[in-house]
Amino acid sequence: MTPILQPQSRVLSRRSFLVTTGGLGIAVAFGSVPDLASGAAMAPAAEGDFRPNAWITIGADGTVSIISPAVEMGQGITTTLPLLVAEELDADWSRVRVVQAPSDAETYGNPGFYGIQLTGGSESTRGYNALLRMTGAQTRLILLAGAAGMLNVPVSELETEPHRVLHPSSGRSLDYGEIAARALLPDPLPQATEADLKQSHRWRYIGSRTIQRIDVPSKVNGTAVFGIDVQLPDMLHGAVLRAPVQDERPETIDDAEARDVPGITHIVPLSYGVGIVGETVEATRRAKDLLNVTWSTTSRVRNYSSQRLLDEYRAVGRDFGQQGVPAHTNGDAEAAIAAATTVIEADYMSDHVAHATMEPMNATALVTGDRVEIWAPTQGPTGTQGFAAEVVGTTPDKVKVNTTLLGGGFGRKAEADFIIDAVSLAKAVEGRPVKVIWSREDDVRHDKFRPLEAQHVKVGLDAEGNIVGWRHRIVADSIFARTLPPVFEEAGGHDDVVTEGAKFNYTVPAHQIEYLRQDNGLAIGFWFAVGVGYTRFAIECVVDEIAAARGIDPVALRLELLKDQPRARKVIETVARMAEWDRARDGRGLGVAYSDAFGSHCAQVAEVSLNRDTGAIRVHKVWCAIDPGVAIQPLHIEAMMMTGITNGTGHALFEQINVIDGEVQESNFDTYRLIRMSEAPEIEVAVVPTPGSPFGGIGQAGLPPTGPAIANAVARLTGGVRLRHYPFTPERVKAALDT
Amino acid sequence: MSYAISVNGQIHHVEDDGQTPLLWVLRDTLKLTGTKYGCGVAQCGACTVHVDGTPTRSCTLPLEVAASARITTIESIEGVEAQAIRDAWVARDVPQCGFCQSGQIMSAVALLRTLKTPTDRDIDVAMSGNICRCATYNRIRAAIHDAAAQLGTAR
Ligand code: FES
Ligand code: FES
Repeated sequence: MTPILQPQSRVLSRRSFLVTTGGLGIAVAFGSVPDLASGAAMAPAAEGDFRPNAWITIGADGTVSIISPAVEMGQGITTTLPLLVAEELDADWSRVRVVQAPSDAETYGNPGFYGIQLTGGSESTRGYNALLRMTGAQTRLILLAGAAGMLNVPVSELETEPHRVLHPSSGRSLDYGEIAARALLPDPLPQATEADLKQSHRWRYIGSRTIQRIDVPSKVNGTAVFGIDVQLPDMLHGAVLRAPVQDERPETIDDAEARDVPGITHIVPLSYGVGIVGETVEATRRAKDLLNVTWSTTSRVRNYSSQRLLDEYRAVGRDFGQQGVPAHTNGDAEAAIAAATTVIEADYMSDHVAHATMEPMNATALVTGDRVEIWAPTQGPTGTQGFAAEVVGTTPDKVKVNTTLLGGGFGRKAEADFIIDAVSLAKAVEGRPVKVIWSREDDVRHDKFRPLEAQHVKVGLDAEGNIVGWRHRIVADSIFARTLPPVFEEAGGHDDVVTEGAKFNYTVPAHQIEYLRQDNGLAIGFWFAVGVGYTRFAIECVVDEIAAARGIDPVALRLELLKDQPRARKVIETVARMAEWDRARDGRGLGVAYSDAFGSHCAQVAEVSLNRDTGAIRVHKVWCAIDPGVAIQPLHIEAMMMTGITNGTGHALFEQINVIDGEVQESNFDTYRLIRMSEAPEIEVAVVPTPGSPFGGIGQAGLPPTGPAIANAVARLTGGVRLRHYPFTPERVKAALDT
Repeated sequence: MSYAISVNGQIHHVEDDGQTPLLWVLRDTLKLTGTKYGCGVAQCGACTVHVDGTPTRSCTLPLEVAASARITTIESIEGVEAQAIRDAWVARDVPQCGFCQSGQIMSAVALLRTLKTPTDRDIDVAMSGNICRCATYNRIRAAIHDAAAQLGTAR
């Protein structure tokens, strides 16, 4: 790639984001470009591609390549982010090609997410949009400046339409490709400011219902390449036998039979298991089954039994003698509750759930000396570099990560265990790439589950039924203590993601949230919507409990608690209208729930029926109104809501991991039940953006309201039978009906 | 052992254990990676191929059995139903992560070849063996109806 301007002697800080190899960059979001060496005022454009910055390349044929800094796991982000660039660049979307970012956090890290490359937390659009829009706008200014020189007219007489610069008074115009190939550019380059961004009424792509996902065509003919599909010359396959209980180690390894399997080349003892390398997947699997390993028996996880622990957690939640770490304190909630006329108190709980991404954990690695190259479906290229470097004893900059498409992520592929497998085995067979694919059984058993948790909520009402104080105690282990210890320490032992969503936007005069960490050793992780998935379950059900205690309508109560919040009221009113909330249904109940998590407002109504003999719940339909602030791709937002709602239904009804004495009982889809086609509710989504509001996250926003909407519907259908424990298995439903 | 296996209209000679699941022969020997591994125990449908026209889980089909049949995979499924399904899938942006979609499409094409205008109930029966963790079920259902309607008009 030839830079359009000659290399500058002065090297700009990479942190300015937009410096290109040896070329000029434009600084965006971090101030203007420092003074450049003089004498480069107008430099000739070289033949070939024009790369005005690290994000955009324009070919002489006008093809615009835009880097997607976030990874694609089905959330559509490799369309969304480049689309924002194309919007401000005024590019023709049909002539845009999207390129996955290489592992380079200094250039492509998320400015809103610790500056690293980690796709998660519904943070991509929120973190990158300002930078990317400004980058597009600035590149457009550069093209305008270049065109001004070519047409010999002032820039002020020019405008753009998709992919062209126009000079209306003379009728002349230039394609972006022509400008990229031939323009002389001014130095310093023009700087974009907020004022150069398009006004929302001029958006061509943002909000369009005709923009489709760029990754879809390859996903209907088998050509999409996921991590599991990586094929490299000379590649070997690997498998790892893991300890049945977390943190145990192999003590004796009898690999005599395993070695005899044709095609097996290496047996690799690891600190946490035994690796097998061979010529085919099948050979490594057979050999894995033939290993005879005795394991250490010292892991404290052997004491981990989830149902017993959950009983303990609930007791901790109820025991106000045990103080937690304050997560949020506004006023003196306890004093207010002590003076209340009515007190509502309830425990909400959830079992562990597994990610079960459709593509199981896998990675391919090649180790050559101190260099590592990785091909993997990872959410976290930056973390991958660090962990791989540690395994090999090198530095992260010597690790190159090629991120493939992800067959689902949901937080699981932000972990590094599958990366470590591949790098460890590749290190043992240096010089040949090794692909490790986990079996589904290992994928489920060795997942980093959503936390097991119990919550105790205590709310005081005055004589008129107004909420005077709200206490929320969350009892669970910590995710950050394992994954980001410094963050955990700095927060004084509070875990922001485990308690995520407990802070709400309802108006209550006194609100206190506490976190009571339970350290029992089993690794837990980031699951779809993380903490919000259960905190909103408790909150939204308690709001309905309050409505029932006051004898008022749950929709009306929410609107009352959100008096000053027009966006919140809008989604609630919209969804109530869509569902015909006031129309009674024979044998069916409606329940409502709302969430403001991830910067988006989402309200849902679920319509359910119940088989009282079996305890089985059927969710017939869910209506959803979502205000994501700006709706970049409305069609895709609808899809993401369907994902959230359907999985929200599945996890509320079916998904359950049981751990007994440290051993995970479920292992494949016959024991870990995911929702299927015949059980998926009908869904109707209204996307109701609010002009002028910030970009909200949508990847996870659809899941949190579904479970409580179902529970609230069951309560209304049954005259007050409350389901307070995820999942609502038929046995639990029956037990609740019987009491 | 050596097996002659017919895949996508071509005969391939494969050296492998007869018990090896067809899935791994397709993916690793023939490099046809469009067919996915999701569970290995016929629970998820990600590995669905057509065996003599019937949608079949290749993860539990031993090579020695598959060798006597005509196998078709996502890479070369053709015909009016396949085209209609693919078009409908693209028009509705059905795939999200896409990992399950090869299997979904193979099941859906087989459904449309047997039933010209499947009902929701027919779709439930034909498609419930295919798990989608991204939960694209509603769009799959709509796309199958679209494809059926399109074929009906074309006919
Ligand atoms: S991989 Fe064959 S059905 Fe799941
Ligand atoms: S599209 Fe992701 S599993 Fe179906």
